[in-house]
Amino acid sequence: MTTAHPAPATATTTPAPASAHRAVLRTEARLFLREPGALFWIVVFPTALLSILGLIPSFGEHKDELGGRRVIDLYVPVAVLLAMIMSGLQAMPPVLTGYRERGILRRMSTTPVRPSALLTAQIALHGAAALASAALAMTVGRTVFGVALPRQAAGYLVALLLAVASVLALGSLLCALARTAKGSAAISSVVYLLMMFTAGVWIPVQGMPETLRNIVRFTPFGAASEALDRAASGGWPGLAQLGAMALWTALLTYLATRLFRWE
Amino acid sequence: MLWGMAIIEANGVRKAYAGRTVVDGVSFTVDEGEIFGILGPNGAGKTTTVECIGGLRVPDAGTVRVAGLDPVADHDRVTRLLGAQLQESELQPKITVAEALELYSAFYPDPADWRELAERLGLHTAFGTRFAKLSGGQKQRLSIALALVGNPRVVVLDELTTGLDPRARRDTWKLIEDVRDSGVTVLLVTHFMEEARQLCDRIAVIDKGKVVALDTPSGLIGKADSSTVISFTPSRPLADTELGQLPGAASVERKGDRIVISGTDETVNAVISLLARHSVTAHRLRVSEATLDDAFLDLTEQAS
Repeated sequence: MTTAHPAPATATTTPAPASAHRAVLRTEARLFLREPGALFWIVVFPTALLSILGLIPSFGEHKDELGGRRVIDLYVPVAVLLAMIMSGLQAMPPVLTGYRERGILRRMSTTPVRPSALLTAQIALHGAAALASAALAMTVGRTVFGVALPRQAAGYLVALLLAVASVLALGSLLCALARTAKGSAAISSVVYLLMMFTAGVWIPVQGMPETLRNIVRFTPFGAASEALDRAASGGWPGLAQLGAMALWTALLTYLATRLFRWE
Repeated sequence: MLWGMAIIEANGVRKAYAGRTVVDGVSFTVDEGEIFGILGPNGAGKTTTVECIGGLRVPDAGTVRVAGLDPVADHDRVTRLLGAQLQESELQPKITVAEALELYSAFYPDPADWRELAERLGLHTAFGTRFAKLSGGQKQRLSIALALVGNPRVVVLDELTTGLDPRARRDTWKLIEDVRDSGVTVLLVTHFMEEARQLCDRIAVIDKGKVVALDTPSGLIGKADSSTVISFTPSRPLADTELGQLPGAASVERKGDRIVISGTDETVNAVISLLARHSVTAHRLRVSEATLDDAFLDLTEQAS
């Protein structure tokens, strides 16, 4: 059918038991682990890229124009952001649109469990995978390339969680907008390149020209990049950047839930 | 549980998409314990009708009750009473049969034993098989199992046997009868006459969003314009005028040297006496009863 007319949610009846939601999460986690491709791009690729860059001798030299830091120092946060982009923008949208396209959400809406349980489980799993990948990149950065761990750990964690939240919200919005899995892949690629750029995958944000940098600082990933960098070097991330990420998350989540098509 | 009590009531259900009316005042009741068929050509509004019954869509007008409950307002309670196998509903490609059954049984407060259910449906040999690797028949049986795992009182099966080979289709029919015999009411949506005739206690024929007939399969066949078809090759030519005057004859056609007359039982006798009167021998005389197909075509043609 062409237009979506989902039945409105009612608060009057008893919802499905919590055990049902746990069962959904457990099953989706198993299925997630059966996707070696997605796991590679989310968990292995960012750290692999970091390792390759770390092997370039000049990237290990201290540079005056980077405030005495090495290029590899800047690439740990980039690998962290890359993990989030891979998870939220590359891996997740096709899964969610596929669930809609295959009628999996439709089948679930005939049961006492709402299909939103399936979506939230997938979003949570992609978030967890992104965080695991970030932890791996930081661990390898520390042990192999001697990149210092974030000195402001609490600030770093806050920035990291906000960054994950905003990328998952962006990925969800992509699913909401795309009609088909193919369409979502097409939109994703464009957004993906943009996000890669603003996250500083090609040129670290810190090395961008002044005007460009001032714009990029307020994009979800530009803000994340700066906040993570700040916390890494011992400061508390700027409120402007944390606020930007929080606002992006709220806006994107609002749009995603408003625009999501259930079929 | 009272036998013969209405478990589904649809009353004047109307649904339009972007101004196009798909379901136009559909009313029927399904009694507890029966196999009720919704039969109609593609695009007649069958699926939308059952989607309204399952609470997936909100009717623009009219009411739907499942065991006295509103499928939209009482969505959670209705989903516990009504299991559904809808068209174009798949599962995650890499989920195994056992995982899917276990997952769906966790959704219900009082589920059936999914292992036992799977065994009854012949799925126990495929427990470890992923959904994407299942055959069409296995996928359909899993769909039925998932619709039944919550111990529902009524189960909606939409175009269950589409795309199955004849053998798998017959197996599925047997299964649906078993389901009914276990006390579950079945609402069966189909566009296969044979399926409806074999399985259904009563059938609602839907065309262009309206119920054009509601009867038992034999009742519907009796309603066909011409319930009997007589065909033969006469040894000598017969005049059209005489053939056209036969009592009860709805149509007379010539197919080469063969004459095909549609009519009633009365027509059969009249043809025989006509032939005798003219001393004409009828070669390869065939008399056939109308089928549900004929009834269906008559009904849906009348509506257009």
